[in-house]
This record gives sequence, C-alpha cells and structure tokens, in this order.
Amino acid sequence: MLNTIWSFFIIISIAYGIFSGRVENINDAIFSTTENSVKIIVTLFCTMCLWSGIMNIASNISLMDKLCKVIEPIVNYLFPEYKKSKTIKKQISMNIIANLLGMGNAATPLGLEAIKNMQKESKDKSKLSTSMMLFILINTASIQLIPTTILAVRRSANSSSPSDIIIPVWISTICAVMCGIFCMKVLIKRGR
Amino acid sequence: MNILIKASNFVIPAIILTIVLWGMKEKKDVFGLFIDGAKNGMNTIVGLIPTLIGIFFAVGLLRASGVIDLMCKIIYPITSAVSFPSEILPLMIIRPISGSGALGMAVDIITTYGADSYIGRVAAVIMGSTETSLYVIALYTGCLKVKKENKLIYSALIADIAGIICTIAICHFL
Repeated sequence: MLNTIWSFFIIISIAYGIFSGRVENINDAIFSTTENSVKIIVTLFCTMCLWSGIMNIASNISLMDKLCKVIEPIVNYLFPEYKKSKTIKKQISMNIIANLLGMGNAATPLGLEAIKNMQKESKDKSKLSTSMMLFILINTASIQLIPTTILAVRRSANSSSPSDIIIPVWISTICAVMCGIFCMKVLIKRGR
Repeated sequence: MNILIKASNFVIPAIILTIVLWGMKEKKDVFGLFIDGAKNGMNTIVGLIPTLIGIFFAVGLLRASGVIDLMCKIIYPITSAVSFPSEILPLMIIRPISGSGALGMAVDIITTYGADSYIGRVAAVIMGSTETSLYVIALYTGCLKVKKENKLIYSALIADIAGIICTIAICHFL
C-alpha cells in the first residue's frame, strides 16, 4: 500500500508538473528536498537519541513502574495478548504515557522498540497482528493532553484565550480514535 | 488561561528533572543508562533514514508540482456542497503526509484569518487532534519490514477524516 502511494505521488507530481509547465519547480524540488531532509534527519537524529537516553533512565526507575500501574487496566484491555509479557506491556505503557505528556519525540523510540518486540512474539512475522495495528493506530492519533505546539501558535497570533481549544481537541481525538478502531475491526473481520 | 500555557512550558523540563533526580535517589548510573538508551535510539534511526528520505522526496515533489492545489480544486465542489470550510482543504490534504508542511499551513491560516476566528479555530483543533498518519505508519512498518498495511492506512485515514468532521461540528458551537 505504501508502495502504491509512494509511486503514485511521484508519478502524478512529475506528470502534472510537466503538463502545467512547472518542470523547473520539480527540478528544484528534487535537489532541495534531499538537502532539506538532511536538516530534518539531523535534528530528528539528535532529539531521538536524547529522548531514547532519557527514557532509558526513566524505564529503570521505580517511578515509571508506578505510572505504568495507573494505566495498566487500559493496556490490559486494549492488548490482552501481552498481559503476561512484562517488557512489552511496559514499553506500550511508556509509549502511551509519553504521548499523553506531549513528548512525541520520546514516544517514537519507545514505540519502535515495543513494536519490534511485538513482532518477535507474533506467529506470522510477515504480517501485522491485530495488536500491532491497534498500537500503530493509537500512535497515529495525537493523544496528547496539552497540544503545546498549537497553543504556542495561537498565542503568537494574539488569541484572546489560546487554551480554549483544548477540550475540542480532546473530543475530536477521542472521536477519531474510536472511528479508527471501529473501522480497523470491520476491515479485519471482512478480510477473513 | 495564561497559567495553563505557562504551566505547559514547564512540563518537559519538569519531567526530565524528575527522571534524573529519581535516578540519583535510587543510586542508578544515570549517565550510563542515558548512553545505552541513546545508542539504541541511534541504531533504530539509522535504519529509518532511507524511509525518511523517500517520504520527504515524494512529499516535496507533490508540493512543488502544484498537485495539492489541484486536488483542492477537484474536491472543492463536493466540500462546498456540504458547507465545509474550503480554506481548510489544503491543510486537510497535507496533514497525513507532512508534519512541518501542515504546521506551516496552519500557522498561515491562523495568522491570515485570526486565531479566534472560526477558520482559525478549526485549523488549530485539526492540528491538535490529528497526527502525520502516513509518516507514522511508514516509520513503524519501515522498522518491521512488513508489507500489507492497507487496513491500517485506511483505518488511520478514516480516523483523521472523522476527527476533522468532529472538529468542524464542535467549532460551530464555540
């Protein structure tokens, strides 16, 4: 699927670019995107290393165990398969906690570790198991408690009360996650 | 309300401080643990660089060629029929594929229409409640080397659309 989307993006961009006389823009983009991606990757690289480090300290202290206990019922409910495997459950819990606290940079390395371990446990390694899909789906929904970036944007644009979008954001997020999970369950049922 | 924003600035520094202090309290080798974790993170990312370059390249082409503008023009008749705010369309299309692109567009919308306008609010809530879904999926499946992720992509995109519809409905009442 990503294979199709990726090729589709490239074919349609170049075809439309030529058709609408923007070949120069395309040439520019081909070279400037690689340059830009270096910038993005370097920043990403450093922040991800930093957060993996910080989160490794966090996973070795008792504070994290306490926090994980708090959300344990939710994790058990969503991922009953991993009730018994402690490491995976802890990684999932920490990923969710990091997401809730708005530390997307910290959540990603934790999530990648968790999904790798989930793959090790799954029977068919060439496919995504239901739990793995659910886990990625949760990560594609922005489940943070305080949407800091957009609050900062609103503040800099002179909003009279920047934070009054927080509750609408929560409602929309919950609505999106529910629809996503529902849709996934339907698709999996139909696929069998 | 300003207190909430000020407080949110403290969240991340406070978390780091707590983690380090707690580690010291429990007499852990904090710096050693940090280095181990950072090394692990580094290995994960090195494996992801090709995926990232591929995604940035495709999205860059898409934006430079004007395809996104074209898509907005095509969808416009449908969305205007259901009184969907068309100013939001470019943001909606770019949101699942590019985080920085979407943020730039949201900043543009919010400053053009005003942070407290209806359009400005819708843009802000969309940014707060959705993620760069395709990018996240590429990241996760890229590190697993699995194919057949279409169910996941459909679900994530439907989730995004549901979130946006919900946002528009809520912002009507604000």
